[in-house]
Amino acid sequence: MKKSLKNIFIFLVFLFLFLPIIVLVIFSFNSSELNIVFENFTLNWYINLFDNRELIEAFSNTIIIAIVSTIISVIIGTLGAIGLHKYDFAFKNVINKLLYIPIVIPEIVLGISLLSIYTLFKLELSIYTILLSHIVFSIPFVVVSVRSAISNNVDVLENASYDLGASNFQTLFYVTLPSILSGVKSGALLSFTLSLDDVIISYFTAGPSSNTLPLKIYSMIKTGITPDVYALSTILLLVVFIVLTISILVQMRSIRRNSI
Amino acid sequence: MKKENKFFKYLSLFPISFYVIVLILLPLIYIFCLSFLTSDYYGGINYSLTLSNYLNLVDLVYIKLFIKSFLIALVSTFICICIAYPFVIFVSQKKKIVKNIIMTLVMVPFLTNSLIRTYGWIVLLRKTGIVNTFLEDLNVISSPISFIYNDFGIILGMVYTLLPFMILPLFSAVDKIDKSVIEASYDLGSTSFKTFFNIIVPQTKVGLFNGSLMVFIPAIGYFFIADLLGGGKLMLIGNLIKNQFLSARNWPFGAAVSISLVLITFGLVKIYQKIGGKMDDLGGF
Repeated sequence: MKKSLKNIFIFLVFLFLFLPIIVLVIFSFNSSELNIVFENFTLNWYINLFDNRELIEAFSNTIIIAIVSTIISVIIGTLGAIGLHKYDFAFKNVINKLLYIPIVIPEIVLGISLLSIYTLFKLELSIYTILLSHIVFSIPFVVVSVRSAISNNVDVLENASYDLGASNFQTLFYVTLPSILSGVKSGALLSFTLSLDDVIISYFTAGPSSNTLPLKIYSMIKTGITPDVYALSTILLLVVFIVLTISILVQMRSIRRNSI
Repeated sequence: MKKENKFFKYLSLFPISFYVIVLILLPLIYIFCLSFLTSDYYGGINYSLTLSNYLNLVDLVYIKLFIKSFLIALVSTFICICIAYPFVIFVSQKKKIVKNIIMTLVMVPFLTNSLIRTYGWIVLLRKTGIVNTFLEDLNVISSPISFIYNDFGIILGMVYTLLPFMILPLFSAVDKIDKSVIEASYDLGSTSFKTFFNIIVPQTKVGLFNGSLMVFIPAIGYFFIADLLGGGKLMLIGNLIKNQFLSARNWPFGAAVSISLVLITFGLVKIYQKIGGKMDDLGGF
């Protein structure tokens, strides 16, 4: 097949993936609220955004939940991955297998089973139950990505560290953690993005007054989303783009350096 | 010498074990037990054992719903495969840096809210939407086309939301194939078509099944896609579970539907392991 045809195909897939995103960016600058034709350029939605207190509150809840759940999942998941690698105990295989459950079962099943267990234990649904639920689905992703970074090399280095008289915690902080850092980072990134965009599990575990951005948007869709939500999403997209561009530039640099 | 430090052992193993037992195992066992109970008129739970929830599932209405939901998930998975295979093959022929940039860009939609992106399709495709207005202005069509609020809408939403989950595992599988094998196939007179089915597919079948799992399983449960882009009220198994837990308040029946879904999922994962798939590769992109 011709090279140009292949490039056209790649371009069409990207068009498909980005079309709705392009639409929302364009309409965030539109003076009309109707989203059918572009009337006049305006920045009003960006300015009005900060007056929409409900939206700002939902947004800050989302960010706080994403940050806190990522920190807690990374701590439990990283320690767990190291522990499960190092030590043998009776139910190790069972624990390892059960850890895959949140990754493979449909999210809705995880959502309703957490809702049921919270009701059983009479936990009142609130922002804290959303947080706990996000930790529940994030931990396995952290364990899996940390585990992929633990190689046999780490064992050798750890043994060397012990032989040289380092304590367990010195070994953990100066030897083990630095060598599995790439896994910890990708686990953290994964759990942060999963939490940021979660609809289904938050939907079942949120209290009546607790709101996150996805839940807020979900409730708005039936009546129509106002362009200030587009404005907020465009700002978020811009942040993501800047971060990704930096990471690509860093990659390019390291590739160039390696090729020299 | 390695020191056996009991404190560190417990520090690393206790939280994860507690988490697995209390927050994964216990909720699933509870749902399992719940599926054998019944609910009373007010949505409370009667503690008498029964199989009625599972027997109720063997009703024509639910059988139809299951079949429809599976068909939608299957068609969505198939379309994702048809888009992702050529895409990853073409991308894998690029230079390393171009590959990295393309695969990073594939991740970008992931990082914007999935509901907002789905709403983007509504703005584009509804009867008063951009596409219909545009086509009517050009006099290509006389009355608007129903792109969404039907099964096509649901499938579009699923393919759109889940396509990256197919692309990522498939790309890492295709990118690992030794390029000289493909060249040898061409040199020996194979067509692209034959090379694809005889060389590429067999060598990437694990990645293909991995991607299919990551598309098929969510496509059964993503009720919000059906809510936003679908036509009727009860469309997917996900919507059925949601209704039983939130509107009908018949938790035991909802639990029985959920347990059936879990069993189907476990069956699919077993097949994945049989063909040589590693559990750590699932969802670990």
